[in-house]
Amino acid sequence: MKAQSLFDRQTFIVLSLLAAAAILVPVMNGLAEPGSALHLSDHLVPLLGKYVCFALLALSVDLIWGFCGILSLGHGAFFALGGYAIGMYLMRQIGPRGVYADPILPDFMVFLNWKELPWFWHGFDWFPFAAAMVLLGPGCLAFVFGWFAFRSRVTGVYFSIITQSMTFALMLAFFRNDMGLGGNNGLTDFKEILGFPVQAGSTRLALFVFSVIALAGGYLLCRWVVSSKFGKVLVAVRDAESRTRFLGYRVEHYKLVVFTLSAMLAGVGGALYVPQVGIINPSEFAPANSIEVVVWVAVGGRGTLAGAILGALLVNAGKTWFTAALPEFWLFALGGLFVFVTLFMPRGILGAAGYLWERFSHGLRAGRSPEPVTHAAE
Amino acid sequence: MNAPVTPALLYLDNVTVSFDGFRALNALSLAVDHAEMRAIIGPNGAGKTTMMDVITGKTRPNGGTALFEGSHDLTALDEAAIAELGIGRKFQTPTVFDMHSVEDNLLLALKNGRRPLATLFSRGSAREQERIDALLERVRLAAHRYRKAGELSHGQKQWLEIGMLLAQEPKLLLIDEPAAGMTDQETADTADLLRDIARTRAVIVVEHDMTFVRDLGVKVTCLHEGSVLAEGSLDAVSANERVVEVYLGR
Repeated sequence: MKAQSLFDRQTFIVLSLLAAAAILVPVMNGLAEPGSALHLSDHLVPLLGKYVCFALLALSVDLIWGFCGILSLGHGAFFALGGYAIGMYLMRQIGPRGVYADPILPDFMVFLNWKELPWFWHGFDWFPFAAAMVLLGPGCLAFVFGWFAFRSRVTGVYFSIITQSMTFALMLAFFRNDMGLGGNNGLTDFKEILGFPVQAGSTRLALFVFSVIALAGGYLLCRWVVSSKFGKVLVAVRDAESRTRFLGYRVEHYKLVVFTLSAMLAGVGGALYVPQVGIINPSEFAPANSIEVVVWVAVGGRGTLAGAILGALLVNAGKTWFTAALPEFWLFALGGLFVFVTLFMPRGILGAAGYLWERFSHGLRAGRSPEPVTHAAE
Repeated sequence: MNAPVTPALLYLDNVTVSFDGFRALNALSLAVDHAEMRAIIGPNGAGKTTMMDVITGKTRPNGGTALFEGSHDLTALDEAAIAELGIGRKFQTPTVFDMHSVEDNLLLALKNGRRPLATLFSRGSAREQERIDALLERVRLAAHRYRKAGELSHGQKQWLEIGMLLAQEPKLLLIDEPAAGMTDQETADTADLLRDIARTRAVIVVEHDMTFVRDLGVKVTCLHEGSVLAEGSLDAVSANERVVEVYLGR
């Protein structure tokens, strides 16, 4: 069928590009001579890795917003929670190498004069536990939050506003030293991950490659979800929620499942992000961060999955360039971009490109003899 | 399960709904039999849509009884549960899933597992395809199978929505103004289709178009200010003094 082949093509392109990135970046960084045009300097590797993590976050937002119409303006919170989970693991790995050389307590706890590790820090020295918490932390929060919100049929802008409040409330909570998560400074000064030094070039390359793999896996998972009958129900909810209810679907269950899944994906993004940037602090919960994610998705093309990835990469690359060249204008540029896209490219870059491609290929086909339409029975 | 207190398929007794003091339904009582078709007429604000909202679980009544098959209390169930019991609803403005193909619209409506896990792992079966083929023939959309529902004409959307209702295999269909915005030919065809459906299922049709109601040739209930004003054959109802006064006009 037509839709099926289109999906295959998009998936093929996305996976090929990601595979190329996973191969080219290590080659250009490790094998090409420094100074040659092909060389990728060391500081760019974690930067690209950061973009890839943001792309995973954007993908998670597109899954719920693009396909189910749930506009979350608090997805940065799930990203940050995933980051904190891995940050706690990385803190425990420092061991006695901290400034205060306490074998158990992280530096900030020694500084606060704490005598023992808070209960919720136990287990985080074991990587599999931390990795499970990367999924469970954001997943549980999303499940509980979604349970109440969707059951009460909070939708549209009201839902968006309470997600903003959620991430804002978490930011305030994480700022407090009493939370036991480093307060204002967050978690930093990481030394090792799974025994490898986090600052080393080879570790950074490995983290980059793992981020790309995670993005590819996340993309495939989302693609599988949206092309199943479940995905068709999601689109039905997006376009005609009450019709879906009267057909007998429990809309709130669908929203809850996809919202929780999306939060877990965002958590994975955050977990890969933290070792690459070397710090996680409460500013990751800032409401503006979550809004920015929505801009990436809108720019790339909502409801296309690939568009979310494209938008996240392009806008963040633009941000890096802009904040270096014209730092005071970045926010204006971002705002302007959002207005431009909303007015002139409501379906984003990918939507506009798809439209042009359709017209172009239609023009080509019109020139040839019409193909026989074969809607053969399956 | 309690023994049925009424043989009727749908039984409304003394149902009252008020919104901020305004009584949208005022002690409404109505009974519809198995495989009966009933036309509901009445002026705007008579409570026709509110009645449908109560039956489908969208609105909780302030008082009264609403029973389905004599034992299911409709006032205690939500939309999804009521749909699973076998009550299908067609909206006044055709509401289909515009971005899905005609075929997928029917696929989503087919009587099948509705739970997230069931749909996540569902892969189309030959039986489903047969059902869809049959439904497409019945609502005359076989040629439009792969088109997006949003591209259909108004009349075709109305029929697609009726097809979606049939796909649910309901025992009772609630149909709100099926003839609105249709050509004369389409209206007549729709009346045929509904009469055909009513051979095996109960159908409640809300309609303003009196020619259409006459075409249906069924028992008519006239609502006014949230309760039943008159009930009987169309001729009897249209001869009723009060009906003429409040609805038909002199």
